[in-house]
Amino acid sequence: MTSELISLTAAETASKVASGEVSAVEVANAHLDRIGAVDERVHAFLYVDREGALAAADAVDKARAAGEQLSPLAGVPLALKDVMTQKGIPTTCGSKILEGWRPPYDATVTARLKAAGVVILGKTNMDEFAMGSSTEHSAYGPTHNPWDLDRIPGGSGGGSAAAVAAFEAPLAIGTDTGGSIRQPAAVTGTVGVKPTYGAVSRYGLVALASSLDQAGPCSRTVLDAALLQSVIAGHDPMDSTSVTDPVPDVVGAALRADVKGLKIGIVRELGGEGYQAGVRQRFDEAVTILEGLGAEIVEVSCPHFPYALAAYYLILPSECSSNLAKFDGVRFGIRVGEGDGDPSIEQVMGRTRAAGFGDETIRRIMLGTYALSAGYYDAYYGQAQKVRTLIQRDFAAAFAQADVLISPTAPTTAFKLGEKLDDPLAMYLNDVATIPANLAGIPGMSLPVGLAPEDGLPVGLQIMAPALADDRLYNVGAALEAALLQTWGHPILQEAPSL
Amino acid sequence: MSTSTADAVVPYDEVIAEFDPVLGLEVHVELGTNTKMFCGCPTEFGAEPNTQVCPVCLGLPGSMPAVNATAVESAIRIGLALNCKIATWCRFARKNYFYPDMPKNFQTSQYDEPICYDGYLDVDVETDEGMKTFRVGIERAHMEEDTGKTSHQGGATGRIHGADYSLVDYNRAGIPLIEIVTKTIEGTGKYAPEVARAYVTALREILRGLGVSDVKMEQGSLRCDANVSLRPSPDAKLGTRTETKNVNSLRSIERAVRYEMTRQAAVLRAGGTIIQETRHWHEDTGITTSGREKSDAEDYRYFPEPDLVPIAPDPAWVEKLRSELPENPAVYQARLQAAWGISDFDMMAVVRSGALDLVAETVALGADQAAARKWWVGELTRIANDRAVELTELPITPADVARVEALVGEGALNDKLARQVIEGVLAGEGSPDEVVAARGLAVVSDDGPLLEAIDAALAESPDVAEKIRSGKVAAAGAIVGAVMKATRGQADAGRVRELLLERLGVSE
Amino acid sequence: MSETPSITREDVAHLAKLARIDLPPESLDHYAEQLAVILGAVAQVSEVAADDVPATSHPLPLVNVFREDVVRGSLTAEEALSGAPSVESDRFRVPRILDEA
Ligand SMILES: [Mg+2]
Ligand SMILES: [Zn+2]
Repeated sequence: MTSELISLTAAETASKVASGEVSAVEVANAHLDRIGAVDERVHAFLYVDREGALAAADAVDKARAAGEQLSPLAGVPLALKDVMTQKGIPTTCGSKILEGWRPPYDATVTARLKAAGVVILGKTNMDEFAMGSSTEHSAYGPTHNPWDLDRIPGGSGGGSAAAVAAFEAPLAIGTDTGGSIRQPAAVTGTVGVKPTYGAVSRYGLVALASSLDQAGPCSRTVLDAALLQSVIAGHDPMDSTSVTDPVPDVVGAALRADVKGLKIGIVRELGGEGYQAGVRQRFDEAVTILEGLGAEIVEVSCPHFPYALAAYYLILPSECSSNLAKFDGVRFGIRVGEGDGDPSIEQVMGRTRAAGFGDETIRRIMLGTYALSAGYYDAYYGQAQKVRTLIQRDFAAAFAQADVLISPTAPTTAFKLGEKLDDPLAMYLNDVATIPANLAGIPGMSLPVGLAPEDGLPVGLQIMAPALADDRLYNVGAALEAALLQTWGHPILQEAPSL
Repeated sequence: MSTSTADAVVPYDEVIAEFDPVLGLEVHVELGTNTKMFCGCPTEFGAEPNTQVCPVCLGLPGSMPAVNATAVESAIRIGLALNCKIATWCRFARKNYFYPDMPKNFQTSQYDEPICYDGYLDVDVETDEGMKTFRVGIERAHMEEDTGKTSHQGGATGRIHGADYSLVDYNRAGIPLIEIVTKTIEGTGKYAPEVARAYVTALREILRGLGVSDVKMEQGSLRCDANVSLRPSPDAKLGTRTETKNVNSLRSIERAVRYEMTRQAAVLRAGGTIIQETRHWHEDTGITTSGREKSDAEDYRYFPEPDLVPIAPDPAWVEKLRSELPENPAVYQARLQAAWGISDFDMMAVVRSGALDLVAETVALGADQAAARKWWVGELTRIANDRAVELTELPITPADVARVEALVGEGALNDKLARQVIEGVLAGEGSPDEVVAARGLAVVSDDGPLLEAIDAALAESPDVAEKIRSGKVAAAGAIVGAVMKATRGQADAGRVRELLLERLGVSE
Repeated sequence: MSETPSITREDVAHLAKLARIDLPPESLDHYAEQLAVILGAVAQVSEVAADDVPATSHPLPLVNVFREDVVRGSLTAEEALSGAPSVESDRFRVPRILDEA
């Protein structure tokens, strides 16, 4: 029973809970047991809220017994990235500086999940403050890829992706600043969506780079992602950058799954040199499938994409240097070095930040401080904002020729833990295909398209759509997913070694 | 570091003979909105520590700002009242620096895109050649947020230096501020201190008239920083300036500018150089002391606030706000002055005592303008000064003063009794009529007792009676005085005189 | 390609001071080297963005998002202070402050 419950999709679980076939408490227990059995090796979770999860599940069961109308994801377990606040539950952002902090408030996403009867199992591991592509920059140790425990699960949301891939939760929340939902999805054989910027409230999401951050769903199927997005999306007055447009019918789109007559653009600048052969092979096969489904494939050019990475690594550190200034040991989190001599608050802040932040975080704060300082602002931050305009123009031109754009999600499959840890620039290259969407604020999805022949590891395909047209991602993604399932005869995660 | 020894100063007229002063004034106004600039916390003064805070104004991880619509509207109204242009598009920016009273370690402010810019305010100053108008240019007025309040523990003085540790209350953090910055103010010559004071006074009247702030300098809802520099002559290049903070009364502004001019002159005369620094004004000793040096290393790394979207005020909305502005205080003053028919000097006294609205209201309720001024600018201002409160904070209203004057007009009170009624109202004994009743202060208006008293007084001083009878009417004062004394002041002196002359059969 | 900017130990020390991070002196060279490499790589933004290209600070063109001036619930002092490393008399306690703001 337990193994059956954990392998259900979110949609299946919700319908079984709603019909009374299983109780939400049984479902929660099955997942808590799974976490107990495998998480010591995967290390997807930083905190498991057994009591809270069981209480939430029990409330769903009681509501059902009382004849109340259940929301579409009621009773479905979920893993929450530790960058999202949850009242009374430790929230660390993968950083030592927040060790022991229990926020006095819920993020809007958290509140919406609770209101929908989603059962939050706990908080997932991540690169410190979401900076990284491997989850190795967590102060609490790396997460391991369920496909190969010696490999990275992607990042920064490696914990959320690994939890879903390891059947510890059917759903997870991730956040994507430059690919932190999509790249982990790609390397773990799962589905991850970065919605349109502003589609999901950022209130309670501990900011890395405010103009780039966006929370979104992680799941094993496209439909499950759609169900989760429809729960968390929608305008929030607490987030002034949140869009007021109605949430597109992503669930309807995932159910439609029809690409006939759709124009799909392949971005010439994403997918050539620097992309692993097996990644390109699976991508090409997916293109053939889409063509077979009736889509018209066109090639588009986005000439400024080669500059996206550089612009990103100026904008992100700049915003992050300011966003992370509040971590100073005064109002929350740890305080370091107060007892050493008779230090001033200035010294204590400096010591707290030096001891509380990891290497990569310090590097990016320094980089951002440099890029914003007098005399360098125009050459760095100012120029990067102009490149951002050029990227937006590239997308606008490309979307004039195609309904959606596609590319490989990441240049390679999962690499070995430690392989790129000492080479920041090599690490940054993992996000080369995902970053343009963040700079332009448009939505993107990654879904698995098979295993690379040379290493047997999952490969992800990225779909991008114009701002606010998130439904197109789900339509195309679901169509491709259905065709691939038919080819494989089973979900791809069944090929992962058992844990 | 602050120094306890006072700096050398040069006598003021010598400063003026040798130097030309240049001013710049920065005024921070706390808006009287219901909620803070970026969150829904209340802004009430004096609440228990850290009870008017939320994740946003505490800068907790994950929280995000949301702009207070009324604060934006107030900013635009202030800009319009100061003859500013209103930006068609502007943004908030982050000013990055670390300080424990600032929850996010950046202040959400405006940088190169202020909402109001390029305005002016005309202020009148009394000069040797009579009243003269100085035009003070307004560089900008922008929106920002206040910081928390730090109290320093241990050490002798409660000051920052020498304290063992500090405690922070964030109730004030995030309260909306409008920062109003003047252009450099030149050409004031020796009247620089008076212009500075007149500017802040006029600004305060405008803000009060707009109803956007309670403009209480002593509570910090209006704060002024004065930039002062000296140069050898008006055509020389600008000298190095100092910025004097903590100037929290109108009188102090004038004093602080004057002091800083005399101090800088002493430094320059001795061949020294002025250091660009923050200085602190000390109300008690009347001097400024050195604060933090403004080094070139100060680098606020401003950039557009990515958690907020731009503000693009609809021109139609701006025009609507413009059409709804209250009358400009200067125009309003001129109108009242003409209506009352009083001199510039008398009007100045009303304005400087902050009694303009009170006098106007009292007159509107039927009181004579001279009487209304006598009470508010004379007696009540003196009492307010004694109690160290604002005139508006005295427990007496224009309606009370108007009623007292009405009773005087009816002959029910004389001047002496009226003072006692005012005293009773201030002591919380109730309305003027209640005070009159409770203290039994009505003028004796029945002629019977008065005639008795007159006869008694005449019998007491037959010689005086004789003088009056013989036509020396001026001697009547002595008898009137005696009657007033006998009736313990409760008689109408005019009536007593009439009856007396009638009794003795003489006419004036 | 753009030139790699030179970043000295002193530059790093200055940045660390602005960012209020008390870096151990022995790490300054290490950061100087890495920052120089990264800055050299990202400096290519200056190659393409001409003067006539406007800057984009926001991915979506939203303007005028305001909140009504209506009081919402605040935290209690207990909640507000719950995460603080040091508290006294319902206030956040900090070591002595050196600089004046
Ligand atoms: Mg300011
Ligand atoms: Zn607040």
